[in-house]
Amino acid sequence: MTGLNAHLPALQVVVPLLIAPLLILLRPRGLAWAAATAASAMAFAIAVQMTVGVLDGQEYRYALGGWSAPYGIELLVDSFSALLLLIVTGASTLALLAGKASLDSEIEPRRQPLFYSAWLLALAGLAGILVAADAFNIFVFMEISSLASYVLVAGGPDRRALPAVFKYLLMGTIGATFYLIGVGLVYMMTGTLNLADMELRIHEVADQKPILVAAGFITVGLALKAAVFPLHVWLPNAYTYAPHAVSAFFAACATKVALYVLLRFDFVVFQQNLTGHEEQFAAYLMPLAVLAILFGSAVALFESNLKRLLAYSSVAQIGYILLGASLLSIGGVSASLLHMFNHALAKGALFLAVMAIATRYSQLDLQHLAGAAKRMPWTFSALVVAGLSLIGVPGTAGFISKWYLVAAALEEGVLGMALVAVIVVGSLMAVVYIWRIVEAAWFAPADKSADDPGGSVREAPAAMLAILWLAALANVYFGIATGLPRELATAAAISLMGHLP
Amino acid sequence: MELLGLYHYWVFVVLLMTGFYAVVAKVNLIKKLIGVSLFQSAVFLLYITMSKVSGGTAPIVLPGMVDPLYSNPLPQVLILTAIVVGISTTALGLGIAVRIKEEYGTTEEHEIQEIDRR
Repeated sequence: MTGLNAHLPALQVVVPLLIAPLLILLRPRGLAWAAATAASAMAFAIAVQMTVGVLDGQEYRYALGGWSAPYGIELLVDSFSALLLLIVTGASTLALLAGKASLDSEIEPRRQPLFYSAWLLALAGLAGILVAADAFNIFVFMEISSLASYVLVAGGPDRRALPAVFKYLLMGTIGATFYLIGVGLVYMMTGTLNLADMELRIHEVADQKPILVAAGFITVGLALKAAVFPLHVWLPNAYTYAPHAVSAFFAACATKVALYVLLRFDFVVFQQNLTGHEEQFAAYLMPLAVLAILFGSAVALFESNLKRLLAYSSVAQIGYILLGASLLSIGGVSASLLHMFNHALAKGALFLAVMAIATRYSQLDLQHLAGAAKRMPWTFSALVVAGLSLIGVPGTAGFISKWYLVAAALEEGVLGMALVAVIVVGSLMAVVYIWRIVEAAWFAPADKSADDPGGSVREAPAAMLAILWLAALANVYFGIATGLPRELATAAAISLMGHLP
Repeated sequence: MELLGLYHYWVFVVLLMTGFYAVVAKVNLIKKLIGVSLFQSAVFLLYITMSKVSGGTAPIVLPGMVDPLYSNPLPQVLILTAIVVGISTTALGLGIAVRIKEEYGTTEEHEIQEIDRR
């Protein structure tokens, strides 16, 4: 067992990557789904196994092909990667388990093997970014996951997904190319691609200008990928018109992986090597984070399509994550990482609920959902639980991360008070937009004209409901037993902040 | 004169901005894709120029070479991967453009928005 244990970082990527092409051969109905789910569950098991190891204080380092770093390609799993790996593989597994019925109705049987193959490629790419300790490998995995996710988003029956995905492709490619330029410039000055090695060698670089330019390119490029305000314009339409299961998968994890690269690159490579970089980092990202919170929440207030509403809420939540990181204190960074985990739980559960609703209602406008809660009480109750977590009500996971975020902000004095005000305003706006869903679903008179002429709409399929409630209850569980994510987030924050001068 | 001596960087910058301009300013989806292609090619050139060591030769070990000076092969390998990524992106983008043409009957961005608004 110990032999296998050492290979876990590689297996994390290799399992989905190798099963992906095999899926195309699995033509019989349902088989491709079963294989994809099994592969995803196996990836989740690997992530859990590594998390256990990381909690024991172990760091997984893996030299691919036996070539040791810095000359060979290195894989590295520490507490930061483990936290994100849990999110990515968990979201993929839950979305696949719950999404069978929904995907069957949205994807023709003929194309299903290809679709699930793309799903596993996206999973492998995202996992690859998280285990790679090498700037160029991160780029390659980023492009694998992006290309696969364009296919997934465009895979549904809604033709509006096509222009949305085209925009996503253009902006995603520009983001990745910016990142590539930045990596090129750093390589030019240091002659290495290994992140840890870069950190050491940049010390010796006399002329800081190219490094500064590289920091700019990398930050902007990854901000594009992470949909940081104002570079978020690709996100709402891509999430809205994607197949519902894909929305649940990506809303939980896709942008957070780009944020992971942004934080890791910036803290490990740039922070201690560029004079005054930490102030520039904070001064550049904090206003954007504040604007993202206010703008995303405000747009969600007026959005009438359920998925678009949640997508704009995601833009706001990315703001909270960035805000914590831009405080540049251990408390702030760990609150930010904790919020990655908790927001993934809340938003993943919300999009699973949307998927359950979409199996019964063809239109997801709030007015079409009038009175829907009376027909699907279990689905909408789960949606409310996840919604409370998104708002940050005590007793749910969302409360924990916002609490830490507020505590970290208060350490900053007067500026901190202003930031707390922003967090409170953002949360209040979240109360309002979640309430709009509740009001429409519970209190509005049922819409007889829509999909439901005879009041025949039933509750969502039982399997889907079970997974949905599992996700919703996870929000409550991690709101009370905060140990696991908090421990990982704190350890990751301490290791990231350890790179500061 | 020093500015002219760095002409390979100028080629990179001009190509990069030409491509970027096309992506941002053109409304035709195919033209946007051409822009993305140019944009990516510019970065390929950046990597290729940085691998050149003046006076260096191809990094192949041959018998009888005394104190050889080699160009750096690593950026070329990296960019080979990036070229593959670039081609896949362009191919996928064209594929989506074809699907958009099938569904909407046009590849002009404003016309697609017009149709969606209806």
